[in-house]
Parts: sequence; C-alpha cells; structure tokens
Amino acid sequence: MRLLEHQAKKILSSWGIPIPRGAVLSRPNQLTAAFAKKVGRFPLIVKAQVYAGGRGKAGGIVKVADLKKAISAAADLLGKRLVTPQTGPEGVPVKTVLLEQGLTLQKEFYIGILIDRSKGLPMVVAAKEGGVAIEELALENPQAIQTTSFDPLLGLLPFQARQIVNWLGLPSEHREAAVQQLLAFARGFFELDASLVEVNPWALTKELGPVALDAKLTFDDNGLFRHPELSGFKTADADSPSEAKAREIGISYVGLNGSIGCMVNGAGLAMATMDLIKLHGGEPANFLDVGGGADLNQVREAFKLILADGQVRAVLVNIFGGIMKCDLVAQGIIGAAKTMKIKVPLVVRLEGTNVELGRKLLQESGLGFITASDMDEAARKVVEAANP
Amino acid sequence: MSILINKDTRVLVQGITGRAGSFHAAQMREYGTQVIGGVTPGRGGTRWEELPVFDTVAEAVRETGATATCIFVPARFGGEAILEAAKAHLSLIVVITEGIPALDMVKVKSWMKGQSPQGVAPVLIGPNGPGLITPGQAKIGIMPGYIHRPGSIGVVSRSGTLTYEAVWQLTQLGLGQSTCVGIGGDTVPGTSFVEILELFERDRETAGIVLIGEIGGTAEEEAAVFIRKHVTKPVVAFVAGATAPREKRMGHAGAVIAQGQGTHASKIQALKGAEVAVAENPASIGQTMLKVMNEQGVRRKLR
Repeated sequence: MRLLEHQAKKILSSWGIPIPRGAVLSRPNQLTAAFAKKVGRFPLIVKAQVYAGGRGKAGGIVKVADLKKAISAAADLLGKRLVTPQTGPEGVPVKTVLLEQGLTLQKEFYIGILIDRSKGLPMVVAAKEGGVAIEELALENPQAIQTTSFDPLLGLLPFQARQIVNWLGLPSEHREAAVQQLLAFARGFFELDASLVEVNPWALTKELGPVALDAKLTFDDNGLFRHPELSGFKTADADSPSEAKAREIGISYVGLNGSIGCMVNGAGLAMATMDLIKLHGGEPANFLDVGGGADLNQVREAFKLILADGQVRAVLVNIFGGIMKCDLVAQGIIGAAKTMKIKVPLVVRLEGTNVELGRKLLQESGLGFITASDMDEAARKVVEAANP
Repeated sequence: MSILINKDTRVLVQGITGRAGSFHAAQMREYGTQVIGGVTPGRGGTRWEELPVFDTVAEAVRETGATATCIFVPARFGGEAILEAAKAHLSLIVVITEGIPALDMVKVKSWMKGQSPQGVAPVLIGPNGPGLITPGQAKIGIMPGYIHRPGSIGVVSRSGTLTYEAVWQLTQLGLGQSTCVGIGGDTVPGTSFVEILELFERDRETAGIVLIGEIGGTAEEEAAVFIRKHVTKPVVAFVAGATAPREKRMGHAGAVIAQGQGTHASKIQALKGAEVAVAENPASIGQTMLKVMNEQGVRRKLR
C-alpha cells in the first residue's frame, strides 16, 4: 500500500521531521484561502499528487512567484492526466495538488529505508545527490550511494546515523538535527511496518535546516492488521476500480492492457500463464490468482473482475487442482458461467485430482467451453479464440 | 538419499486443531509422514485423532522426540510460532502460513542467527510456500503427493502450484524427484535458493536440479553466482513474470519489481551466464530437463 506525498509528509511530520508549509486542494478556487490559512509565504510550488514517480520531469511540479500563477498552474494540473516515465502512455489522473512554500535549497540528498532482501536485514540507503531517481543514480554515479545495514532487534543506532550524516557531508551545525531525523525515519519504518520510507530529496534548506522536501511511504500489506489507523488508505492507491474491488474481496488482481483474461490458482502459475499467452502471440488482460480454495463464490467474483474489463475478448482458466479437486472446480466454473452469461470464449485447462471427472462435467455442460489438456494447448487456443 | 526429510523424520504440527492444520496433518500421515503430535495453545492434554496435543512446542519435543515442525498458525502469530520452534531446538521448521509481516521475518531470522552457534541453526523453509517432499517417503506441507514419484531430480521453487505443474511434467516424462522444496513467495524467506542448491549438490541421489524463480529480489541472481562457482550438476530454470509490469505486486509479497530491482531480464541473463538451461516456456520445464539429462547421459557414456 502506497501513500501520496502529502499523506506521507503528514506522517513524517508526526515523527518530528520538518516539512515545508503546505495545503492540499482538489479545486483551483480553494487556493487563495488555503494559501492564506496554511502557507502564507512565497515563492510557491504546486505539486500534482499522484503515486507514480518522475513527476518533476513530466511537468507535475511547478514553481510560481504569485497567487495568480499558482491558481493557473493548479487549474492546469487538476483533472489532467499526468504521463511520467513510470505511468505508461495513458498517464494517471491528477485529483489533488499540494500547494507548498518554496524553500531555499543549499544541498539535496537521498535517504531510503527498506529491507535488503538478499541479507534479510533493514538498511539505510543514503546518497549525496537528491532529487533524481535512485535507480538512475546507481547506474550513473554509484560512488554517490552508500548502504548501511542495521540490526532489526536494536534498530538504527545513533553512531550509525552519525556515520551516514558525516559521509553525506552535512555542515556541522546541522548534523545533530540530521542524525535525529535519520533515527526517526528508521524508528517509523519499524513502527508502521513500512516496506519503504523514501525521502528524496532530503534537503538542507536555508530556512529550516534538513527538511523532507518529498516523501514516499509504502507499507507491507501483511502488517496492516497492526495499524488500524492506516486502514483508510487501503484501497485508495489502487490503479483501477477493479484492483480496489479485488482487494476488498481478497483476490490478487493486477490489470494489464491486453485482451486475454486469466484466472489461475497460485501466483507463480498465474504469472507463468501470462508469460505463455505472450509467447503464443497474445496479450494478457490481467494477473489474477483466485487463491487456494477456488470455490463457486470466488470463481464467480473472479469472473466478474475479469469481465468488467471491456477489452477482454477471451478468457483462460488454468487451475492445477492439487488438494482442491478438479470436479469441484469444474462445478464452480459451470455455476458461475450459468448465472453470468459470459459472452466471450472460455478456454479451461484443469489438471490434478479427479481431472477426468472435471473435464467430463465441463464437456457435458453444453456451455461451449473450450477445453485443453495442458498449459501450452490452452494458451494457443485462447490466443486463437481472442483473434478469430 | 534425499535432502532435509525422509521416512524417519519425526514431525510436529503447530496449529494441528485448526482447519488447515488438521486437514493437512491427515494428508501428511496418509502419505507416510511420521506425524507424531501437535501443538495448539490451550488444547494441551487432548488428542487429535489418536495423537497427543501439547500446549507448547518445548513440551511436545520433550515428550515425542520430534525434530521437525510444520506451522499452520494464523499470520499474526507466525513469527512467534517460529521462534518457539527454534527455541525448542527443532532442526527443521516448515512454515505454510501466508501473510506474516516482512519485518517479523527479518526479526525472527536475525534472532535465530544470534542464538545459534555456527552450523546448528535450524533450517527454516517458507513462509508462504507449499513445504517440502521427498517422494515415496514423507512430505511436510500441502502439496498433492500423487503427482510426485521417487527419482533423482531436485526441485527448488518460490512458487506453489507452478511447482506442481513442473513436478507433474517431470513425473509424466519418467523423471522422478529426490526432494522438492518450496522456499515460498515472501520478501524475506527463511531459506533461499543458494542453501538448497548446496544441499542438492552434496546429495548423492540428486542428479539434476530444477529451479523455479520469479520476478522480485535478487535470489535468482545469487543462485546463478553460486551455480557458476559450486554446482557441478545440470540445472534447468524457469523464471515467471516476463510479462509482469514494474512496481506492481504479483500475488506473492516478494514478486515485485521495485527500485528497478528484480526484473525478469536480469535473472534470465544471470542464469544463462551460469550455463543454466533456461526454459522460456513454462510448459516445457520437464522437456528441458529431459533433454539436459539425456545429453549428460551421453556425455557420461563418452567418458
């Protein structure tokens, strides 16, 4: 689960991290009042609030000198689709903007706290250059990046934070504040079960010293049960209504741009099925892991999600029923197909316990299922069915 | 021979009175696994079928001599259940539970490392995986037993049903398996590819290895480095997620390309660089292994 910049900054502020004065708005006519009440200083920055990175280059961050220009910048951004290197060509809609006081930047750094997956330990990634994507910096100037693993049972220790701050080269009068901020980032990372705390840039400003000028917070969905205060954000970051719906009902679903809907049990098999469709010249419309149970209700909900996508021209169901018996899966598919009037071709591949019985049920249902005995045949048939 | 488990492994089930725990405990026994008791806090002194149920793992170990455990407890108690098993000196801890917070696993692994003198740390398999099986002998986990057959191919995978798919392909081609290990789909698995590859390399019964990876993290890249340096047996690999978009979690907590890391291309490049036979098509994992084993057979005869 991700947060928008202004939501992340609110949390950082509660950890004691200085942030620029700012206000969030969804309509340009709110700007004058918001400025008077919450910002009050020039220059101003108008920032599109979207989850995707790379906003600056895409024109999503505008610096202006007066209110009139701020209103026109906000009007330009709100309601527009912002296309950044991370969004794909269709872009993402800008629903809110953050109006912020522009600060005088003396130096920009990068700070990220995340899990080093190969070591299984938390780490601080620090960089001497901020405001650029860390992946790009890693390619262009890896010497400017330093990582520090720390003990998850002890947390980041003050001496480690001091080492990082010294390495970054902050002026001595700001070092203590910077150390305290680093410790707060690491503490917050654990307290909220975050998977990423990224402050980029972490800027040294003339007005406020070290400041979180931009912030990205991502949480481990598996840790959310410990944080009811975050439940309000649970589906807000979904990229489509289908993804939001899938999360509500507990099915893993990711929408894609193709024409072949997929329903599969298990995440690895679901990805492999998408890959196989592509190998046969088709384009998957989605990733969908229907889960271990795949009972009638889940199968029906999964079909609803897949068919809500108007681009879907055929659907592939690929189930490896291990513990789950194929005849029960077949009954679920038949039940869902009967009540839902599925208008696109449906290719079904079942394997596992009671597979013969399951295939027989599908064939005798009279519902026109296209069956396949292995994955390869199923993928070939569904690609043909989608492009007659 | 096999790795990690065999017909003599004595297994506890943590969460044996729950729905999943009791169903799979029964399935494991049916397969031939020596399930010798269970643990459910508050149910100590009762029986599950004819087996004893204990309140704590320590007590269960003392009374039964168990050396392995299979954990089915709910995610919020998962981390603690692992620590309890480790503290009771079980040498193999298999965690089926999905949804354990990543930071719980980070803490658990760190604690286990700190507690264990070199060389005797328990092997932690999972979480969020199907477990492991030595065909014809024992299974600790939830995989369907009948798709396997005893043989000499070791299988290690981050996936569940995709592993069944690969195993089924092998079995149909007459390629039995020595042991199949599902290391799970989480961000921080207890054991990664490298440790299992090392065990397969040492195991005399294992003649070839199938590795099934997926996008996210760098476990496949690390496996490739290890294979290049230390694995003499032929390895076939498939990596799922060629079509997965960036920054989107694909079902498994660990299957996400984040900060530019964990791409399909990077993993394939690394594995090919280690002379691993990469199957591009998930339906041809078995065929690829068969081809490699036949070539090996020819090479061996020529020597």
